[in-house]
Amino acid sequence: MAGRYKSDLKWSDVTPKHAWMNRRQLIAGSGALALGSIAGPAMASLAAKKTDYGADLEPNDWDAITSYNNFYEFGTDKGDPATYAHALTTDPWTVEIDGLIDNPGSYGMEDILANVTLEERIYRLRCVERWSMVVPWVGFELADLLNRVGVQPSAKYVSFETALRPDEMRGVSQNVIEWPYREGLRLDEAMHPLTIMATGLYDEPMPNQNGAPIRLVVPWKYGYKSIKSVVRISLVDQMPVTAWNTYSPREYGFYSNVNPDRDHPRWSQKFERKVGGGLFAKQIPTQLFNGYEEEVGSLYAGMDLLEDH
Amino acid sequence: MTAIQHINQTIGRVPPWLIYVVAVFPPCWFLYQGLTGGLGVEPIKALEHKIGELALQILLFTLAVRPLREIVGINLLKHRRALGVVTFFYVLCHLLVWLVLDVQILSEIWADIIKRPYITVGMASFLLMLPLVATSNNFSLRKLGPKRWNAMHRLMYPLALLGSMHFVMLAKGKQIEPLIYLGITIFLIALRWKGFRKKNFAKILSGWFTTASNTTK
Repeated sequence: MAGRYKSDLKWSDVTPKHAWMNRRQLIAGSGALALGSIAGPAMASLAAKKTDYGADLEPNDWDAITSYNNFYEFGTDKGDPATYAHALTTDPWTVEIDGLIDNPGSYGMEDILANVTLEERIYRLRCVERWSMVVPWVGFELADLLNRVGVQPSAKYVSFETALRPDEMRGVSQNVIEWPYREGLRLDEAMHPLTIMATGLYDEPMPNQNGAPIRLVVPWKYGYKSIKSVVRISLVDQMPVTAWNTYSPREYGFYSNVNPDRDHPRWSQKFERKVGGGLFAKQIPTQLFNGYEEEVGSLYAGMDLLEDH
Repeated sequence: MTAIQHINQTIGRVPPWLIYVVAVFPPCWFLYQGLTGGLGVEPIKALEHKIGELALQILLFTLAVRPLREIVGINLLKHRRALGVVTFFYVLCHLLVWLVLDVQILSEIWADIIKRPYITVGMASFLLMLPLVATSNNFSLRKLGPKRWNAMHRLMYPLALLGSMHFVMLAKGKQIEPLIYLGITIFLIALRWKGFRKKNFAKILSGWFTTASNTTK
């Protein structure tokens, strides 16, 4: 249900669209000049529902969000996804939804989108590598999709899988982690109103490097939990296998809630640096649950966050 | 004259001071790029990684000077000191970027050095460089005598291993690039090992290169 969630980020604090559009127009224009033709940005707006969010943070601009990505299917360098993800075919796209549900099957993107209301969600994003961003996502609550397919009472977890296409993803020839990329959530986490499936950002369709055409966004967990380019969602009764947890369970727990007191074994998580601040950007203190403690803290009542990380 | 003699003649004409002068440019260029957006939206990490990788490359090149002469016949001995000092300069730049721009907070710096193995290892490599750079002058060479000086400068081997381990240990996921650097480091050090030489491996390699260079006469 759209509009259920009210965050403390304000729509008015998003970089005005004309500001970054002008910049893109300039870039596109210079390219167009070189080609000897005139071209403006022909973007298809998603017309997502605007929501009145409170804000203490400033969203990153389009360039930062779309040029600095971790999407190892396209290479391990931050710039690789922006360079190579265009090879991914995102239309047509179907998501296999199966497991402990009433209506399993292949759901096409049009079908999924026809039954939800897209809205803007301005979320903090905290990467496990100690950098962060603020992103104005466009998406819908995962709960809406799960309610539609009918979750059975025996389901306890949701497992997700990214597309695995060696022909389109140059990075998967190297086994940096075990492919396909997999992630998982506990059912109550998946049903939480903060958890969304995003299909765009800045009111534009999702760029491939950010996980087109549909990705998960769980703002209180480290970024790698927010799995990209999802092709499968399964409702299961056991804690699902996840990619980074399989690679190193000590470093990447199943929950992976943002927690300044729980160090990554190889680095401290006390501080982070917001991308886009230039060469002299300051370190800022990391917040428990990435600042969403009020909304999600109760999900983990009684749990030892250092043990069950 | 063989191709290798040509190369040696050209190298011989390059004065060592030129290496110091040229070496100053890459870090300055990276810094300029970082200030003007050329290193992307997160220039601090980019600058740190670029200078770190450059340091590792020059370090390996310095290690390659002796095998290059003994096996291939290319003589860079005259420039080895400059290469070593430049390695130190790059490592120092890398360290300064990490301290001043990246971690910034003094308590965090200290915590990182003692608690994070990849930082501990990197720092150990840096510390082992200090006595070497301090004695990279003719005065120290005379004072210590060639035997002791040489023995001391074998610290290059452990510090090179620590340096490439530092890169391997910070990688996320199974990445190949750091392992290639570590492999090259081990190979270059192994070439000095007597047992390795007894097996005539170095001689065989050397034989190949001699034949190759003779055929290009």
